[in-house]
Amino acid sequence: MVVRGKFEEDLKTLHEKLLELGNFAVQALDQSLEALENKDIELALKILEDDADANIMEEEINDFAILLIAKQQPVAVDLRRLIVAIKIATDIERMADFAVNIAKSTIRIGQEPLVKPIEHIKQMHKLSVEMLKLSLEAYNEEDLNKAKQVAQMDDQVDDLYGQTIKELLSLAQSKPEQLAQITQLSFISRYLERAADHVTNIAENVFYLVKGKRYDLNQ
Amino acid sequence: MTVMTDKKHTTENLSMKAGNQENAKKVVYDTKDLNLWYGEGHALKNINLAINENEVTAIIGPSGCGKSTYIKTLNRMVELVPSVKISGEILYRGRNILEKGYQVEDLRTSVGMVFQKPNPFPKSIYENIAYGPKIHGIRDKKILDEIVEKSLRGAAIWDEVKDRLNQNAYGLSGGQQQRICIARALAIEPDVILMDEPTSALDPISTLKVEELVQELKKDFSIIIVTHNMQQAARISDKTAFFLNGEVIEFAETDKIFSNPSDKRTEDYITGRFG
Repeated sequence: MVVRGKFEEDLKTLHEKLLELGNFAVQALDQSLEALENKDIELALKILEDDADANIMEEEINDFAILLIAKQQPVAVDLRRLIVAIKIATDIERMADFAVNIAKSTIRIGQEPLVKPIEHIKQMHKLSVEMLKLSLEAYNEEDLNKAKQVAQMDDQVDDLYGQTIKELLSLAQSKPEQLAQITQLSFISRYLERAADHVTNIAENVFYLVKGKRYDLNQ
Repeated sequence: MTVMTDKKHTTENLSMKAGNQENAKKVVYDTKDLNLWYGEGHALKNINLAINENEVTAIIGPSGCGKSTYIKTLNRMVELVPSVKISGEILYRGRNILEKGYQVEDLRTSVGMVFQKPNPFPKSIYENIAYGPKIHGIRDKKILDEIVEKSLRGAAIWDEVKDRLNQNAYGLSGGQQQRICIARALAIEPDVILMDEPTSALDPISTLKVEELVQELKKDFSIIIVTHNMQQAARISDKTAFFLNGEVIEFAETDKIFSNPSDKRTEDYITGRFG
């Protein structure tokens, strides 16, 4: 028998809000690559504008979780659910910020042709977005295998980041006149690498939620 | 390569420390294979609990789980119920209180009890506190005065009643009456204080006062408290035992019980999913 029906319902609402924020970040990241590839400044500006929604959603999640803590005095796994929701919301919101950062870099690069194909960046982006989706599934289903997979994918992103930076650095030497764009591309790589780290935090929080212990997956 | 490291080293160190401290602490009550029947009803089943001195041990569980029965075995009050049968051992300071020839009067001099509803005697505040020491043979007015003041101070109610010690205790509020009862328990200088839902009839402020008091008292006494209020157990106890259907399901550090209990049934109970 479910005794705390209202509380269960509230937890579900919180859960849904978090997934909604996650989907928003996925979309923003997708758009940020699209804008970069197509030099679509209009889309980049839209990403900047829409980001306010992510901030509002994050605040709503935090406020709702705090309210539930105050009113329901949750303990054990219930308390972890709320704390984890607050922490995951912060990580997801940060990912939406990276989409904004990428959009800003896209605006700075403008209509100039790219100094090189951005294959590695595209791969990093694909991995990061997949990781985010997988981490949301892991959270939704409390699936530790999926959470573990996320951490493994982060290693690939790190490798790609290393390669990309190496290439961009040598390019900076051979094409110093393109330094401005090369810098922006390095930033974009860095944003994606950081985004993947934030997803790994989400995976760690799924572990904490389920196990009640802390695990470091960022190694 | 992803390395799955369990970051528990910090908590592990902490819990080891707690473990070491625990080793230093003496056991005041050691219950071994305790079984109790009310007629045919098996009310306590194989209870094994070691309760440390100078700690607050909370006993939680749904109605009818045996928690009040258990606390009443600790001062043998449970024997007042006809048709009760007990097996097993309860060692208080190393001696089995259930063995033949154990003087229950001695036990009750060492083990005070506070009940759910404040039950002061229909006497003055002073007489309520002096009653126990008097029946233990203390007649010297000066000594009695000292005991009364010390006990009332110990129960954090001295300042509220010092100017009206000769007034009837019934004139006090419920929260004050309960602290008078605690003072009455302290007056016989017990070793252990048993509390059976001591705040369930009190308002929130009085409840917090009694809770504060319990924290103070554990420096000098061992306290075992039965409570329906789980937040109260979480706030004030060092260890918590979760009883269900006459069994101890889990007995552990309160921090553990309320953050990450080992047993699913404990988790369900403390998160309010049954009971």
